[in-house]
Amino acid sequence: MTETIAATPAWVALAYLVAGVLFILALRGLSSPETSQQGNRYGMIGMVIAVVTTLIVHDVGLPLIIAAVAIGGGIGFVIARRIQMTAMPQLVAGFHSLVGLAAVLVGVAAYLNPAAFGIADAAGQIFGASRVEMALGVAIGAITFSGSVIAFLKLNSNMSGASILLPGRHVLNLGLLAAILALIAYFVTDQAPLVFFLILGLSFAIGFLLIIPIGGADMPVVVSMLNSYSGWAAAAMGFTLTNTAMIVTGALVGSSGAILSYIMCKAMNRSFISVIAGGFGGDAAAGAGGAVEAKPFKRGSAEDAAFIMKNAESVIIVPGYGMAVSQAQHALREMGDLLKKEGVSVKYAIHPVAGRMPGHMNVLLAEANVPYDEVFELEDINGEFAQADVAFVIGANDVTNPLAKTDKTSPIYGMPVLDVERAKTVLFVKRSMGGAGYAGVDNPVFYMDNTMMLLTDAKKMVESINKSLG
Amino acid sequence: MEHLIPQLSIFVLACFVGYYVVWSVTPALHTPLMAVTNAISSVIIVGALIAASAALGGSAASKWLGLLAVVLASVNIFGGFAVTQRMLAMYKKKERPAAK
Repeated sequence: MTETIAATPAWVALAYLVAGVLFILALRGLSSPETSQQGNRYGMIGMVIAVVTTLIVHDVGLPLIIAAVAIGGGIGFVIARRIQMTAMPQLVAGFHSLVGLAAVLVGVAAYLNPAAFGIADAAGQIFGASRVEMALGVAIGAITFSGSVIAFLKLNSNMSGASILLPGRHVLNLGLLAAILALIAYFVTDQAPLVFFLILGLSFAIGFLLIIPIGGADMPVVVSMLNSYSGWAAAAMGFTLTNTAMIVTGALVGSSGAILSYIMCKAMNRSFISVIAGGFGGDAAAGAGGAVEAKPFKRGSAEDAAFIMKNAESVIIVPGYGMAVSQAQHALREMGDLLKKEGVSVKYAIHPVAGRMPGHMNVLLAEANVPYDEVFELEDINGEFAQADVAFVIGANDVTNPLAKTDKTSPIYGMPVLDVERAKTVLFVKRSMGGAGYAGVDNPVFYMDNTMMLLTDAKKMVESINKSLG
Repeated sequence: MEHLIPQLSIFVLACFVGYYVVWSVTPALHTPLMAVTNAISSVIIVGALIAASAALGGSAASKWLGLLAVVLASVNIFGGFAVTQRMLAMYKKKERPAAK
């Protein structure tokens, strides 16, 4: 049956290669906002080429396929149009789960009908290499699916964002992983349905178990990791189908997700293993050991804040997840505009793990029409706090905590932080004095002489500041 | 088996390409990066189409699984590219002293 593969016309292989190259260009375009839209178009063209090529080569029942694409495409398009930018993390997690499930379905279809995929001999025995590829693809796809479903539920607040710790989970997970690998090895010698579906079932289970203990603040790593898995699943299916476009894309997506996970871990100074092991970001169980003495802090009003900023020369705004939760980005941009009218220089400082996914804050600011050349990454702006008159922290906490630089016992020690305490005045917008960020660590910035706490909902606070400014 | 080595070569080289291309992506665009990688990983639709078209002596179940996978992958392709486009259109430069 190898001849079915060998019989693929040369132009088909070339078309898939072109699709793969276009996908590379799609990612390449993202190196700058100016080229990014063109890149996205390359991606779409690549997808059209891959789909049309497949439709030409394989004798498909077109009406059914068109119906299927129309249903799926319609749903996807409507979701993409309607979704709020603040809901982007759960949307991406949801999309990951679909890729995972699609990979599983394709794998099962290939298992049930190997001849159609040209991966079995005349007697219906699937080739050894194909068995490994298929089993791996299905396993990774299943993990991606169930893991992403949990991530979606947590991000969408259908499920508590706190980490849920099962006793003995490390042993259980490692045992499951070993069982899956052993079953895949055994599958090479015996292609019985029981083995195949056992691999599938155990993989679904481990996906659930892996993500359940991971707390909300570690979600940027989880979402990136699942992104990576969805790529590896596609690549494994590409091997099964001898399809260059799928192999290239899988490799691209896989490495992309892996790099993003690495960047996120580095930005929290945590190892990938410790994030995956979970348990971080529970409901402030540790931290300061209960004895929270009421330290004095200065509380300010919107009028005070407006007055200070109006008379400043430079203001650096530090947004965090709290800004996303209260949808304060539009009011914040208005505040920036009002300040600029007063001749104040306004910049935004973004910590890599602010928010619930990589680049989350940047998208929200872009949505609110903040020009991207006013938005700076941690390493580019951190030196400027010392010269800044005001650091305006809104909905961020741990990423500004100077203990990360000094206190070796702190759970966030070593994490790169924004040096807001160096600014002449720190305005800290926070819902209340309780709740000390996800790490459960108190932030000494709250109690500094030059800090003014603005304790209320972020959006309401910014709106009243705008009133005083206007 | 003879297909494995060329495929593996493509795979490994593509991983390196991915590594360098992704490091050059500006951090401000990391969210669109995730959305677009999501869309392109739905190239798995190729496998779904093959499964859906494979009437030759195979099981009917395989065909329906393929069709379902086509639906799922289409959600992702259209949704992924559309939402990426929507996000990218929002990234604007400072307009130089225009109005006001």
